[in-house]
Amino acid sequence: MKVTLFTTCIVDFMAMNVGKATVELLEGLGHEIDYPTNQTCCGQPMYNTGYVEKTKGTIKHFIETFEHAEVIVSPSGSCVSFVKEYPHILADDKVWKERAEKVASKTYELSQFLIDVININEISAKLPGKAVYHSNCHTARFLKVKEQPLQLLSKVEGLELVDFHNSDKCCGFGGTFSVKMGDISAEVADEKARYIQEANPDYLIGADFACLMNIGGRLSRIGSNIKVMHIAEVLNSK
Amino acid sequence: MGIKINDQSFKKNLKKNLNDDFMRAAMVKAQDLINKNRANVLSQLGDGNYQEWQKLSGEVRAHAIENLDFYLNQFAENVVKNGGNVFFAKDAKEASQYITNLAIEKGVKKVVKAKSMVTEEIGINHDLIDAGVDVKETDLAEYILQLDDWNPPSHMVVPSLHLNKTQIRDVFAKNGYSGKDIPEDLAAFARAQLRNEFVTADMGIYGCNFAIAESGAITLISNEGNIDLCTSAPELQVAVMGMERILATYEDADICISLLARNAVGAKNTSYTTFVNGITEEGAADGAKEFHVVIVDNGRSKVLKSQFKEVLQCMRCAACLNICPIYRQVGGHSYNSIYSGPLGVVLTPLLAGYDDFEELPYMCSLCGACTEVCPSNIKLHSLIHEHKRVLAEDKKASTFWGAGMTGAGMVFSRPWMYKLGTGVAPLMTKPFMVDGKIKRGVSVLKGWTDKRDMPALEKVRFRDWYTSRSKGGNK
Repeated sequence: MKVTLFTTCIVDFMAMNVGKATVELLEGLGHEIDYPTNQTCCGQPMYNTGYVEKTKGTIKHFIETFEHAEVIVSPSGSCVSFVKEYPHILADDKVWKERAEKVASKTYELSQFLIDVININEISAKLPGKAVYHSNCHTARFLKVKEQPLQLLSKVEGLELVDFHNSDKCCGFGGTFSVKMGDISAEVADEKARYIQEANPDYLIGADFACLMNIGGRLSRIGSNIKVMHIAEVLNSK
Repeated sequence: MGIKINDQSFKKNLKKNLNDDFMRAAMVKAQDLINKNRANVLSQLGDGNYQEWQKLSGEVRAHAIENLDFYLNQFAENVVKNGGNVFFAKDAKEASQYITNLAIEKGVKKVVKAKSMVTEEIGINHDLIDAGVDVKETDLAEYILQLDDWNPPSHMVVPSLHLNKTQIRDVFAKNGYSGKDIPEDLAAFARAQLRNEFVTADMGIYGCNFAIAESGAITLISNEGNIDLCTSAPELQVAVMGMERILATYEDADICISLLARNAVGAKNTSYTTFVNGITEEGAADGAKEFHVVIVDNGRSKVLKSQFKEVLQCMRCAACLNICPIYRQVGGHSYNSIYSGPLGVVLTPLLAGYDDFEELPYMCSLCGACTEVCPSNIKLHSLIHEHKRVLAEDKKASTFWGAGMTGAGMVFSRPWMYKLGTGVAPLMTKPFMVDGKIKRGVSVLKGWTDKRDMPALEKVRFRDWYTSRSKGGNK
């Protein structure tokens, strides 16, 4: 299948490895990659801060950039859940709403694509060690992608997945919340990091780089050795 | 005191609470315990499908709110039929004045009052005290807070969650207690004090969990039984309710009551569920001889006409407080309002205006946990987002963020600007770097980097790698 990649702005300029792993993983599974180089951001940071009108230009640019795709895949559940909001945001313009609906209906988070669309049964990944999975709120709660990442991780050779206290709770990132209310956000991240440490894993895995950056930032500050990995990197491990 | 609980700035108040280690530990412990119990009792509800119950109670509440005029009139007519009086108060002042005047007119010297959020909202306690009436809060937690110089409640269901037993012992010690900080002893002291108040009070004031339109009954749900003493001992009684507390029928109440205690404290039910039906018969040993219901608008009819109407479905269970990751860290007092947590974030600016509560809508990471648990099926996180939109677009509250987001919108809708911007950004963040990470940010990054590292911006962006690779370059 020809897969059009939406890597997200944050992966583009802060986590090149996540994008790289996504490409290699999908190619390894026999898919052809289409990467529209005009892509930027989904618009979520502006929208969530309350600037709905200022977001519409970015949303329309996204639609124009991606509507040619057969299927759009992204290594960020949060951004995908926001793309699913596009028809609602552009509801007062019939033409744009319809274009938004078409784009939203063919956009998938990476693990959702692997399990729900192409139904893969095997992953030839190998990563020895103990891991915890942080469930991203927008991926799990809004996109309803909860089981797919766990199913995939269970197929990784050598990887032992363990739970940790309040693993399904917010890490405190919340886009601009993490800077607008930076001190509160830091406390939420601190608690998350503590619970992860209590489980004593080798790896913290997530399906959204933003949360990983937030929790990882706290782990890094307290000198933790836990390695932070995006699920694409884990599934691409040999 | 009304909705606003203190005059400190939002930031100062927040800083104080973030430094209150005891309070913060209490929040974490309470949330974890309540949520564990909540999950347990909800799994035992009917077929265990909470979403179905949530949908049903949401429909029942939405139906009442959609037809509020009809059901309020039906309720009021039935209260009068039951021998009671109804007063519609347009604001807090009218509500408080009505009750205070009633107390003065009837020569009331002492009031026993049961915990209720709406009586906090209308600030009745201080008006009565100013009129020379002795007021005693009878809910144990509210009683503690009253003795603690009217310390404001920090939670809708567990008002004194922010105090520990030693602090409570100290409060009681100032009022004649000489024992240790043993919970049973403290409760026994309060009980001994309060029993005498109940039998000597001239007036009972309480709230209303649900008002049943078809019968005119006030439904009260409690654990300690103190409300029941307020509804039985004094001959003059006043129930105060927000005008949204209506349910059409007892059947509807059955659904909502089934969810209220489960969501509030993780219990199947509370110890007492009482229906007050106006005055009691001539010669009855207890109950009201004179009964008043004060129905408070105080901004609710304005909310009813707005895009925030759904919030009126709230049944004040505090499940949203109990799940909120922000409330967990900052505690109820940080919201500067008697209504805290996600519900407070939505409701407070609607009832009390944005001027004092402009920061509240940003006390939210939009994680959606509140919406997931709400037994009234209110999309709380969407309403919080709508507040952010109103502040950003209609009120143009922050020029700083407005300018930033205008810039972001321009950059993200123009690929050439995006490519240029992300290309030079690593250079611009260089001054904040320590050991390859951003560790000492200023301005908006300061809150982040006070406790967290931020990864350096990539020198080679993903797009650079991909472009060079597709040209046959670096793999």
